[in-house]
Amino acid sequence: MTVVGPGLTAAAAVCAVAVVAALVVPRARRPLVAGTLTVAAGGLGTVAGIAAMLGQPWSARLPGVLPLSGVVLTVDPLSGVFLAVSGAVAAVAALYGIGYSRHGLDGRAVQAVFPVFVLSLLVVPAAGSIATFLAGWELMALTSLLLVIAEHRRRVEVASAGRWYAVMTHLGFVAILIGLLVLAAPAAGDSFAAVRGAATTLSPPAIGLALVLCLVGFGSKAGMVPLHAWLPRAHPEAPSHVSALMSAAMVNMGIYGIVRVGVDLSGGGPRWFWLAVLAAGCLSAVYGILQAVISTDLKRLLAYSTTENMGLVLVGVGAGGLFASIGRPVLAALALTAALLHVICHAAFKTLLFLAAGSVLHATGTRDLDALGGLRTSMPVTTAAFGLGALAASALPPGTAFVSEWVLLQALIHGLPSPGVAASLVLPVAVAAVALTAGLAVATFVKAFGVGFLARPRSDAAAGAAESPPSMLAAMALAGLACVGMATAPSLVLPVLGGVAGRLAGADSPVGGRLGVELVGVSGALSPALLVAALMVATVLVVAVPRLLITRRARRVARLWDCGGGPLSERMEYTATSFAEPLQRVFDDVLQPSQDIDVTHHRESAYLVASVAYRRRVPDRVERRLYDPVLAAAAAWGEAGRRLATGSVHRYLGYGFYTLCGMLTVLVLLR
Amino acid sequence: MTALGAWGGALQAVVIVAGSPLLLGLMRQVRARLEGRAGAGVVQPWRDLRKQLRKQAVTPRGTSEMFRVAPVLLVAMTLVVAVIAPFVTTSSVLPAVADLFVVVALLAHGTVVLALAGIDTGTAFGGMGASRETTILALVEPTALVAIFALSVRVGSTNLSAIVGSSLHDPARVLSPASLLAGVALAVVVVAETGRLPVDNPSTHLELTMVHEAMVLEYAGPDLALIELGSAMRLSVYLGLLANLFLPWGIATGAGVLSLLVGVAALVVKVALLGAALAFAEVFLAKVRLFRVPELLAGSFLLSILAVTSAYFLA
Repeated sequence: MTVVGPGLTAAAAVCAVAVVAALVVPRARRPLVAGTLTVAAGGLGTVAGIAAMLGQPWSARLPGVLPLSGVVLTVDPLSGVFLAVSGAVAAVAALYGIGYSRHGLDGRAVQAVFPVFVLSLLVVPAAGSIATFLAGWELMALTSLLLVIAEHRRRVEVASAGRWYAVMTHLGFVAILIGLLVLAAPAAGDSFAAVRGAATTLSPPAIGLALVLCLVGFGSKAGMVPLHAWLPRAHPEAPSHVSALMSAAMVNMGIYGIVRVGVDLSGGGPRWFWLAVLAAGCLSAVYGILQAVISTDLKRLLAYSTTENMGLVLVGVGAGGLFASIGRPVLAALALTAALLHVICHAAFKTLLFLAAGSVLHATGTRDLDALGGLRTSMPVTTAAFGLGALAASALPPGTAFVSEWVLLQALIHGLPSPGVAASLVLPVAVAAVALTAGLAVATFVKAFGVGFLARPRSDAAAGAAESPPSMLAAMALAGLACVGMATAPSLVLPVLGGVAGRLAGADSPVGGRLGVELVGVSGALSPALLVAALMVATVLVVAVPRLLITRRARRVARLWDCGGGPLSERMEYTATSFAEPLQRVFDDVLQPSQDIDVTHHRESAYLVASVAYRRRVPDRVERRLYDPVLAAAAAWGEAGRRLATGSVHRYLGYGFYTLCGMLTVLVLLR
Repeated sequence: MTALGAWGGALQAVVIVAGSPLLLGLMRQVRARLEGRAGAGVVQPWRDLRKQLRKQAVTPRGTSEMFRVAPVLLVAMTLVVAVIAPFVTTSSVLPAVADLFVVVALLAHGTVVLALAGIDTGTAFGGMGASRETTILALVEPTALVAIFALSVRVGSTNLSAIVGSSLHDPARVLSPASLLAGVALAVVVVAETGRLPVDNPSTHLELTMVHEAMVLEYAGPDLALIELGSAMRLSVYLGLLANLFLPWGIATGAGVLSLLVGVAALVVKVALLGAALAFAEVFLAKVRLFRVPELLAGSFLLSILAVTSAYFLA
């Protein structure tokens, strides 16, 4: 029985009903009705995606929907992976949105745009022609932009974030448009099948141009450094369930685009392109996590962590392409499997983390880690959820990301020795970058969880926090379940992902095993479930054996050691800033923080200090070096252009006249 | 799971739990004698543990479950490593878990749990210790992983049994430049991760210099005993790993009472010698400033990258 087509059709229909419901249902019931319908749409998308992953192909042609080209949908296993991820994240985020929208997000516009955004996230991976793909892509950009600026009345920064996002996403769109047009130039139609067939007739420089333009456009959507500047602005400013959907599902579309175009449509791609992808992935991973480790804004930290994780995925994709180009299909399939697995793992834990961060924001009104703390007593479920997400994100066993990073490292390790000096130099550097990322990710999430949720409250807002409503908790529980599932039983999805990657790379599935992960073709095995069992047995032993040996007395509650100086105040606690200060010092040369200390002296004597003001800012260095000059040049260009426009109508008529004469002269000379 | 693996795993756990406080005692004794003191004797850490375990458990006001479960998790994670890694025998009781990445990351996870407990107290000491320990951890992890990479490239696997077995079969590999460079890098990792001089001073109680001790300042009684035991086990496990990755001789390859006994004896001798050497070196070393530690770790990171490069080019 085929379920892909009916599933996607039903998802689209339910999304349409959700839009109508959001427009007509009264405000009090609107989030519930629209949210429930969107959950259903996401669920249907997931079912369709899973069916497609398991090997049910589906394609459809709807000539009347788009003028000129019509809509072409083609779902293959690769689309299925991304469809399933998008659908699952959308369902969880929509469930969360039911409770989260009660605070000013229940307007008609926001509630109606959200289902359209979900639909666009299903259309992009299901697209089977360039026109459909681009239309879905633009729909995704516009709807997410509208959702990012949903809270623009509350905070000033939202407008600036929206502008950055709008400009960068459209520049990316232009790059993708040109790239795909170059690729499709020799083809008879714009369907992916036609483009795939004709790409072999393109010259290498043309393919290279198309690939680079696509890497720029798709990489910008995936938060690839140095095109990431919009991501740490837009993701934190969006409402939290939208942040989750953007960070866990939308960025994946950039990866999907690179894999679809680079591996599938262009028929392999040259080696230098994959080296570039690999290098960009390493740079994104290290730079993203470095910014995350010193960030004190909880959602900004998570956004930078998205850049880091997409960097790791790009390392996998780049390594896969590289191995394929040097004739090692088994390793190529393994690296691509690692990339796809990391996409799924990242979607699971980033959804959980953003939803938990949203609960904190909902309860305390702040995202500043320096003002949080002590939430474990007032918000136990959210604390547990964030703790689980932090474990999943920090690549420590038995965490979720550990499994995918293990597979990635196995692919890189078995890549040596490889023919060619470039590969043998790049692979160790890639391992070093992944390793550095893993270490810093641990520090980042110890900081986020420890300072944000443990210890004592650092502000009145944190002290007065209360747990979130049940629909938000249920959504976090679902995301948490996904994290636990991926951490303990990755073998549920890995063989399927291996099949998808193997088909792309022209090899058999590189992973097998029922209980754990077993690599096929190269040696390597890992069983996360056994590890969890061993840890549980060991914990029971460690608790039980001392109890058997020694009779224990009841625990006594005592004062904290305060050095005899009276009770400790929350001002004496370590904050997120102070926690990350040593790492900031270590990476001083890379981060280049700016600090000012203003000491105000007493009026009577210069020896007495009245007050000290200390400010530290860590500006994004890539932004300062790369974007600021461009923005300054654009502003200067605008200023210069202003001199031409004085307001005199005669002058404007003169410009028209001279331009016309000039054009005619040029035409005469050229004929 | 083989009979050898099962017996070896049980034996390893017993030897490491019973022996690690003795290793600590031995190192303190070596140090005391070299400094001209009589020393408290090799068994003193066990006496301390017995005393701590008999005390009443104390919960500082305002701490949560994180603070209470951290010591248990620390010992449990180290215990799992003690069972699965090849210390006495080459075959592991859980071959699908005896992976070098898993082992190193599990040991790092123990540190993370303690750091969270340190933050959980909400004191300046706890936060400071946790911040410093996490910083060192974040910089040590890359070195460890890249050194592992260098060791696994020549074997084609990250499985610990495979790496140790390959050194046994081909002793010349141990003297290859890649192996030696990775060995030095891993030695620095061991010193940093176990909080020995010159990275951290295990016997200090001065706030300016404390790292590990600041983090666990609030612990007392049985909880403290577990932390002390866990730290001692970490030291033994790291030294045992270092010994068996580079000098695997004596490790049991076949089931049999005699070969297992030889394996235990070889492990004890190797770890005791390494521990005594570490204690000897510590007499002549001072703790470096906290912000000079990254330079040391960056140096070892460079060594491990050199090891990988030479593993390829000199293979």
